Amino acid sequence: MRLWSVGFLLSTVNLSMPLVFAAFGGLFSERSGVINIALEGMMLFGAFVGVAVDFWTGSPWLGLLAGVAVGGVLGALHGLFSITVRADQIVSATAINLLALGLTSALIAPIWGAPGVSPSVELIPPVHIPGADHLGAVGRFLQGLTPLDYAGFALVVVTFYVLYRRPSGLRLRACGESPDAAASSGVNVIRTRYVAVIVSGCLAALGGVYLSLGEVGLFQRGMTQGRGFIALAAMIFGKWRPIPVFLACVMLGAADAFQFRAQALGVPIPNELLLALPYIVALIALATFVGRASAPAAIGRPYVKG
Amino acid sequence: MKTPAATPNGDASARPADEEEFELPEPTTMAGRIAEAARGPARKVRNFALVLLAAMIASAPLFYLAGSTAAEGYKALFQGSLGSQYSVGETLVEAIPLFLSGLAVALAFQGGLFNIGVEGQLLVGGLVAGALGTKLNQPAGVHLVICIAGAMVAGALWALIPALLKARRGVHEVITTIMMNYIAFALSRFLVKPDGLLVSQTQPSATELVKPTAELPVILGGTRLHAGLYIAILAGIATWYLLFRTPLGFRIRVVGRNPVAGTFHGFSSSRIIVQTMLISGALGGLAGAVEVLGVFHRYYDAFSPGYGFDAIAVALLGSLNPVGVAVSALFFGILRAGSVALQAVAGVSRDMISVFSALVVAFAAAVPLVDRLLARRKRGPAVVDEGPRVDEPLEDASVE
Repeated sequence: MRLWSVGFLLSTVNLSMPLVFAAFGGLFSERSGVINIALEGMMLFGAFVGVAVDFWTGSPWLGLLAGVAVGGVLGALHGLFSITVRADQIVSATAINLLALGLTSALIAPIWGAPGVSPSVELIPPVHIPGADHLGAVGRFLQGLTPLDYAGFALVVVTFYVLYRRPSGLRLRACGESPDAAASSGVNVIRTRYVAVIVSGCLAALGGVYLSLGEVGLFQRGMTQGRGFIALAAMIFGKWRPIPVFLACVMLGAADAFQFRAQALGVPIPNELLLALPYIVALIALATFVGRASAPAAIGRPYVKG
Repeated sequence: MKTPAATPNGDASARPADEEEFELPEPTTMAGRIAEAARGPARKVRNFALVLLAAMIASAPLFYLAGSTAAEGYKALFQGSLGSQYSVGETLVEAIPLFLSGLAVALAFQGGLFNIGVEGQLLVGGLVAGALGTKLNQPAGVHLVICIAGAMVAGALWALIPALLKARRGVHEVITTIMMNYIAFALSRFLVKPDGLLVSQTQPSATELVKPTAELPVILGGTRLHAGLYIAILAGIATWYLLFRTPLGFRIRVVGRNPVAGTFHGFSSSRIIVQTMLISGALGGLAGAVEVLGVFHRYYDAFSPGYGFDAIAVALLGSLNPVGVAVSALFFGILRAGSVALQAVAGVSRDMISVFSALVVAFAAAVPLVDRLLARRKRGPAVVDEGPRVDEPLEDASVE
């Protein structure tokens, strides 16, 4: 096994995509003015529900749908707290994160009999592109991608288009920059923010489903391991803009892929320390991030109809 | 700009902080609103009861999900934590780290910072205490003090990077402290892995036993209750004194309630942010040290069942006030100590405790809403509800 290879590229994609889904979830929410630090919990719930429904029905696709739906519900819940109740968005999101970790861990045993980890369930199958086998390295790369990977790439393009080329995207950004101005030109700020937060929950949960049903085919206690927060770091490092956020996710995914590869190749850095690499890279990314000016101006501020 | 307290010539620093003389600025932050919603003992008690009751009701269905009943679950819980002298001791043993880490979270919150990294600070504190406890040769007492001081320094250093990133770069401390947690987990695993730097010859994933000179002695026969209780009480009094009787504490609370107000009082908010975070981290490190030196007498890789995360619920339930934090730490001590019986007798997973603390956090976040609703009913619906004001942009401060 070589360090740099098609395998490394694929592994980078595999490890970046959950971050992409979650970070773009964060992007939607935060561009509309609602901080979403609950990405981690939404991912975890998505991963859990995806596996549970897959386990009961035998269909990874139903699992995916259910996981995403639960993400939407959590998004709505986060919206209820931060938009309607106008509670502190960070604290209520932390409640969701803690709830996700506790509840998904506590329910493993009642559902699957043994604590800690679920049995294996059916994975989301990769797409087979006819003819790709003859394309050499590119072909091997394409054959390794799952439908969720393609969905992830599409998400980047669609988000960019919607956010910057559609009126709805303009409205969404207006709610995040100046809700009063948006309201005075007829935008329903409350509704826009709800939609954004629900989309955010769905996407973050999809990131979780990717981890559980796209990669390992089981649910493990706390399996997201802070990826929701790494996605947040990527979103901040990418200054809340789709393309830079995507690149930041790929960078962090590559750090993770490097870590796995280095372990397998016996690089003389202890595995336990390599495990910390993605978090260290995320911290460095945050440290080099310049200026609060890039954040949406009205972020974290509940909108009160005036 | 909401005028921050009318302070004579901004010389709050020169005299001891006294709320009679120097009014705190109007709260614009979460921490401020929690403190405001809990002004006076009556409201603290009311909020405590409200949040607790709501969380207990909301978590009742979970017992049924796990194949038990709420009645059976709570019975097992309370019997397991208060049913005998030993179990009361266990409750206190659990309450000690919860109280110390709850203090860490509460102090940071008072300064407007959400230190979610107490778990990591507690880990490195425990690690350093364990390492110094095994490696050093010092007379009794001195050894103990060195271990504890080392742990506090380690906890503070672990909080330093998030503090600097917050103060210099405006990066939210929730994200950075979480990253530091994961780095601490990795570091801990590295140091006590097989053939790791600190690993014991006989006990996997742990250090050797600390020397007897570094142990916190048991203070109640037939239980595991140790002298860490006194340390916790001292730390509680010190934190209370710091927050409510010193200029630094006053500044911490000013910055916590309104980050802009510091400018008007003539001090730098970012410096206070760093200091708050360092003290908070030191308290987290202390929690780890007390647990290692008092309960296990060695550092275990996974010695904390998530005290640093429960601490968030402990701090919020206690209205961010050391006395309240003590009461809620006792309550969570009951939960943690009873969770063993909960699992054994009622078959309910110990993870339910985390669910419960999550619910406490959720309801605590909603407490200011209760006040808003009550105020609205009192004043009648005609009054326009301003709602909570979240941080005004910092630019306003430069207007002077």
